[in-house]
Amino acid sequence: MSQATGVPKISSLADLFAVAYQIEADAVERYDMLADQMEIHNNPELVAMFRDLSRAEGIHRDEIRRLAGDIDVIAHARRVAKWKSGDSPEQADLGAAHYMMTPWHALQLALAGEKRALAFFASVVETAKDPAIKKMAEEFVEEEAEHVNLVHRLLRKYPEPTESWSQDPDPPVSQE
Amino acid sequence: MSTVDMRLACKPADYKSDVKPIWCPGCGDYHVLMSFTRAFAELGLPPEEIVVVSGIGCSSRIPAYTNCYGFHGVHGRSLALAAGLKVTRPDLTVVVASGDGDGYSIGGNHFLHACRRNIDMTYVVMDNRVYGMTKGQPSPTTEPDFDTALSPGGTGLRPFHPLVVALASGANFIARCFSGEPNETASILVEAIRHPGFSFVEILSPCVTFRPDEKEWKNLVHPAPVAATGDPAKAARRIMTDDGFNIGILYRGDRRPYQPAVGTTSVDVSELEKDFEL
Repeated sequence: MSQATGVPKISSLADLFAVAYQIEADAVERYDMLADQMEIHNNPELVAMFRDLSRAEGIHRDEIRRLAGDIDVIAHARRVAKWKSGDSPEQADLGAAHYMMTPWHALQLALAGEKRALAFFASVVETAKDPAIKKMAEEFVEEEAEHVNLVHRLLRKYPEPTESWSQDPDPPVSQE
Repeated sequence: MSTVDMRLACKPADYKSDVKPIWCPGCGDYHVLMSFTRAFAELGLPPEEIVVVSGIGCSSRIPAYTNCYGFHGVHGRSLALAAGLKVTRPDLTVVVASGDGDGYSIGGNHFLHACRRNIDMTYVVMDNRVYGMTKGQPSPTTEPDFDTALSPGGTGLRPFHPLVVALASGANFIARCFSGEPNETASILVEAIRHPGFSFVEILSPCVTFRPDEKEWKNLVHPAPVAATGDPAKAARRIMTDDGFNIGILYRGDRRPYQPAVGTTSVDVSELEKDFEL
């Protein structure tokens, strides 16, 4: 049972825009959910980071909507942007969250999401017969590649934490 | 609005309340909440026609996180509450949420009789094999060698097998899901809700705080190798011999749901009160 085993079929430019839109919308929703979790668990640094990631994906989502012009991407996405199993590519893995996670962990989640999105659009480029779909998908590939690079740059600011990052001086309960 | 229009109009977000969940980050119950809202949207049911009933425990917080009607009841009594509700309001869709402690221990007796009665509702148990809310005690589904300060050396007890108990007691639909597969879980919930009678859905939902080992479940779960059967003997054999990680619909029965005739009474409530006067 793995992530995204059934991916949406892209048969038209409208499908591509709708799916691209939904990928970003899902990412926004997921980052907001993680930010809410961190807020509840008093991890303000991560709240800020997940909100920033959400904002960035929101800008990309709105840009796709603008690019789609007259296509009603929201309604169309509800019909076509369905992943049979697992999350859509850019959704951060909820199961990987931890109340003491660090910005490095958050960026690892973001990096994995951007890479999955990149792989998805690259597969559309590879399989598309329609030149218009191929061209647009290539643009999305470039966009996602930029995001991967951006996350790599951000990771330089946040080195990997030491192994003791999850040690809580006041743990929920001693299990030893 | 037609059913099709309603289905397209409803978004999972329409079923979420403004209350932020307080589960631990990484908890499987976040995914279960997602599956609930996706299933409700897929069914196109208006939130006011759904009631989510629960007992006590981490998983039982779920009614507050939906904007459907909800009832956060007392420990282990969610099925009793839900049964009463469903027989008096058969027009409502009743979904009951519980955990392995609430559902199989404190509410174990209600579980047996809810299966037996076969009232048309869906029972979802988020099984993490531990009492999470009370800090990690072993539950009825905990492995016998779960060795912690709270259960030194493990309990040594054989775990309860909820699916086979449900089958033997008369549940009309039995499925097992994994929280980390929210879309698949949502699809199964849709089928469970649509199936007449008592539907039982066990969702393996890891407790990342007290059972971090359960993070491994995502690598252990796999689709059930055969389609659901309607033959209880076959289902029993399959459920008893699987590895506990078969995901999918495992049994679909055809028993007629129990729906007693609910009459009206001409007795005034104040008349009834007289019998209880001290």
